[in-house]
Amino acid sequence: MSAFFQQEVPLSWYLLLSAVLFSLGVVGFLIKRNLITVFMSIELMLNGVNLSFVTFAQQWHAVKGQIFVFFVMMVAAAEAAVGLAIIIAVFRARATLDVDRIDRMKL
Amino acid sequence: MHLIVFFIFAGFCLAGAINLLLQSHPINSALSLIVVMVSLAVLYLLLGAEFLAIAQVIVYAGAIMVLFTFVVMLLNAGREARTLGSKAALRVGLPAVVAILALMATVILKAQGLGAARLSDGLTDVKGQTNLDQLGTVLFTKLLLPFEVTSVLILIAILGAVALASHENQGTGNREQGTAERTGEE
Repeated sequence: MSAFFQQEVPLSWYLLLSAVLFSLGVVGFLIKRNLITVFMSIELMLNGVNLSFVTFAQQWHAVKGQIFVFFVMMVAAAEAAVGLAIIIAVFRARATLDVDRIDRMKL
Repeated sequence: MHLIVFFIFAGFCLAGAINLLLQSHPINSALSLIVVMVSLAVLYLLLGAEFLAIAQVIVYAGAIMVLFTFVVMLLNAGREARTLGSKAALRVGLPAVVAILALMATVILKAQGLGAARLSDGLTDVKGQTNLDQLGTVLFTKLLLPFEVTSVLILIAILGAVALASHENQGTGNREQGTAERTGEE
């Protein structure tokens, strides 16, 4: 039973998972056509990076990596609020959420 | 135990991320993203970051994703056209993503000295402090100024969001008029 609880997971698997999450985020950013989904892909990339920060904090037994993740979360919350407000403003001006049709800076 | 939980939640994580890409309706993508974030919270718990696991659920899965679903419903976003992106994205972007992923995977797999995570790790350190004790000590002594600056940042973000999303220049007809009024005020 104690061997069951002592099982180890190599940290490189966590890092691989974070790399795959980041890449999936980039792919979503490239292929999705909806402005909100593109924004969600950016959040997915942020989460992938956060996972590797927490993994390295575990590797070095240092709390700094976790604090960095804490700040990333706070900035992500601020970014989501402003970004979604911008999306609402864009939707009001253009009446579309398709990124292919939002191709001009001027109204 | 650790291995099983890791595989289950890493699988949920990847399935959610792939589902986010495959769904054509934004609300389904948002729900898959919530699955990804909650599974990541469990993985943080496995890595001994209890505080971040809770913060992940509250801030990401709670606050941010509620904001996302709220905006999806507010704007009544419909299905998107199923495309594979522009030609530039297909020909340059996707190969570049594959190359970056391959590079990262080689670096990670070749890295020397990476340890392993155990379930018994991380609850307390040598001095018997929990993860929350350590985080709080560093955050409120060494990093007090950045912490306070973050609160100012969030305040500015709230003001910016209200200013951007407010109904001041509503409609298409009187947009010039609204802009003129605002510049007049300033």
